[in-house]
Amino acid sequence: MYVLEMDHVSKSFPGVKALDDVTLKVRPGTVHALMGENGAGKSTLMKCLFGLYSMDEGQISFNGQPVNINSVKEALALGISMIHQELHLIPYRSVMENIWLGRYPRIGGSKSPVVDHKTMYEMTASLLKELNLNTIQPTDLLRTLSVSKAQSVEIAKAVSYESKIIIMDEPSSSLTENEVEHLFTIIRSLKARGVAIIYISHKMEEILKISDEVTIMRDGKYVGTWPANELTTATIIKRMVGRDLTHRFPSGESTIGGELLRIEGYTSPNPRSFKDVSLTLHKGEILGIGGLVGAQRTEVMEAVFGLRLHSEGKLFVNGKEVVCNNAYDAKRLGMALLTEERRATGIFPVLSVQENLVIANINAYRNKNGLLNAAKMAADTKKSIKELDIKTPSARTLIKSLSGGNQQKVLFARWLLTVPDILILDEPTRGIDVGAKFEIYVIMRELAAQGKGVIMISSEMPELLGMTDRIVVMSEGRVAGVVTSKETNQEAIMELATKYVG
Amino acid sequence: MEMLNAKRVKQFVMDKAIFLVLLLLVIVIAIINPRILRLQVLRDILMMSSTKIIMALGMMFVILTGGVDLGGGRLVGMAAVISASMLQTADYVRRFYPDLGQVPVILPILLAVAVGTLFGMMNGLIVAKFKVPAFIATLSSMLIIYGINSIYFNMPPNNSQPIGGLRADFTFLGSGSVGFVPVIVVFAGIVSIIVWFVLNKTVFGKNVYAVGGNPEAAAVSGINITKTLVGLFGVCGFLISLSGVLEAARTGGATNNYGNGYELDAIASCVVGGVSTTGGVGTVSGVIAGVIIFSFINYGLTFIGVNPYWQNIIKGVIIVSAVSFDIRKYVQKK
Repeated sequence: MYVLEMDHVSKSFPGVKALDDVTLKVRPGTVHALMGENGAGKSTLMKCLFGLYSMDEGQISFNGQPVNINSVKEALALGISMIHQELHLIPYRSVMENIWLGRYPRIGGSKSPVVDHKTMYEMTASLLKELNLNTIQPTDLLRTLSVSKAQSVEIAKAVSYESKIIIMDEPSSSLTENEVEHLFTIIRSLKARGVAIIYISHKMEEILKISDEVTIMRDGKYVGTWPANELTTATIIKRMVGRDLTHRFPSGESTIGGELLRIEGYTSPNPRSFKDVSLTLHKGEILGIGGLVGAQRTEVMEAVFGLRLHSEGKLFVNGKEVVCNNAYDAKRLGMALLTEERRATGIFPVLSVQENLVIANINAYRNKNGLLNAAKMAADTKKSIKELDIKTPSARTLIKSLSGGNQQKVLFARWLLTVPDILILDEPTRGIDVGAKFEIYVIMRELAAQGKGVIMISSEMPELLGMTDRIVVMSEGRVAGVVTSKETNQEAIMELATKYVG
Repeated sequence: MEMLNAKRVKQFVMDKAIFLVLLLLVIVIAIINPRILRLQVLRDILMMSSTKIIMALGMMFVILTGGVDLGGGRLVGMAAVISASMLQTADYVRRFYPDLGQVPVILPILLAVAVGTLFGMMNGLIVAKFKVPAFIATLSSMLIIYGINSIYFNMPPNNSQPIGGLRADFTFLGSGSVGFVPVIVVFAGIVSIIVWFVLNKTVFGKNVYAVGGNPEAAAVSGINITKTLVGLFGVCGFLISLSGVLEAARTGGATNNYGNGYELDAIASCVVGGVSTTGGVGTVSGVIAGVIIFSFINYGLTFIGVNPYWQNIIKGVIIVSAVSFDIRKYVQKK
């Protein structure tokens, strides 16, 4: 009946329950869509299935037989393949070598050291023909292929493993319309061969068009499974976001002043990135930026901060047109950016709290000899720790030993030392426990009350609605709409977020 | 269509930029002093290139995985000393082993090459198992190899005297020729063909490119990364020590300082020949061309009377431009 059954799967990471009693049942020869907001646990569930994560609890059955999957190799051997968002291919090798990587046919038996190129070519050619991939030659170098063709090669590789289940994680995210059509043709031919596809995507129309069944997840929990023909975009959205607003936010009214920052027509040189983005931030305002993963929210803000290129667009600070080509310019213009990846681009893990605190403002501590004024740095650190209530044994503690919430507060403090007027916060509460979240919200409110402007990129709907004054919703690199937070709801935002999708 | 062709030409020039510049330099040298193009001189350059080709091909295996072997030069010295110490003529006064009989010429060579292969495999094991970056692992083995080799070289009765008086059947391998064709060039040719076969036709070779091109993809596809790394570092040690043996045969002697700095020439030749320092890209023909061009320039600059200090500067500029051009191909600004 089912080719795959995942029952009562639970998985925790330190501080977060990523999966809580999740069920997924997939029938052979069908496309099963897996849907949910960012962070709903779709990828975690798939990584458990593909042997990349181990489950804390739960049972996986494959063709009715209970199985243990401890590694990717075991998953592949069972007949489970995954097409990743970042393709796992070797750029300077041929199509056929990529497909048969690690399993090359050999001249004179499986122990022979010599690769049988002729057989490999023939096997690849017939595989490509079977999948109607006529424009790809077995000898083409991977790096000369388009993203769509490279993805087709990955699918061909999955088929060559005689996979019974192929997981596709956002397979259409970088494809054009025609290429998506082609992908669907391949998917249909896979279905006809009895292969089950688990299809992860945010694109509602695509899901309704290609899938047979839809499983929806929310906050790591299983919401339900429905036949696709019983669903509409509206019902899917409702089930994806239908949660109670349990998070609490500090109360407070913003006093919105004059214009502080304005961007006009920001466009990336990369055609797949942001296009024609305009927005305005006022003094004392908290402006939210919402959208799905891949909506290019981070990219736009990094471009404003000078970390990424933009080919068109103007930037105004306090009504004056300015140029911002790097983070140094941005700092001079009174901007501060808390990056999304706290560990990768935020903290210096093996440096102390003090060194992490003063680094963005280090020039201010130089005395006339060019040496650093230790007393002044220590005093500022002490003050910051007190003001933001950073829980650390001392200023000399290494930042890596603090909790995520306290690390984030240190990063806040780092930028506050530069006395910025404009704070750009990219997912400021990601991976932080509820208590620390509230404290971060309090800091944001205080900053706004001081007349600073705050931009917050967030994928958490309740946070967007509860904390901001207005929300710019982005979809596929464009601004889909600007809404007033008090007058909108989750469904309306989700609808805007999917406006240009698919 | 014409646009496309113009783009393609531009791409080609970009991809081969350093190669074209060096070719230009070769032409300039040949114009300044056309006598460099005489057959006898070209033959000399080819002979000088032969041991370097074998060494650079070994180095290529490591660079294909994004690393370098800094111990290569010292391994040349060790292989040269080991083989030379056992292959001196019976009537030579200062023999390393005064009582050693006439051993078959192949035995000391095999011993030297086996030691080199072992050191290479140890490097590979350290890189694979302890995740030590290749340049650190091989920096350490560079010191260790030089230390061991110097202790050996300093043993009585040799006491750090240069090893000379090598047997004719040994030096024939390095400096002899059959007709007009030098034996050592034949050696380099045979090694090149074998390396080409291994890299392009065997599972091991394809795994080397895979591990270098995308280690994650290789691991996910069930390739044994440790085995591949140990193997390719072993091949590197094998080829480099073979080039050391031939270097002793070619020059008719050996000291513990033989080969010092050769690894840098080998790395430079690989990079000039299009082996990418980011891993996964490189061909045998490219490396051979890289070595020959580099040797030609080396020889040619002396030939046209350029001050040796200036030669160093020119070589430095060549290497840094080669790598910058190479990196430009693979790194795009975000």
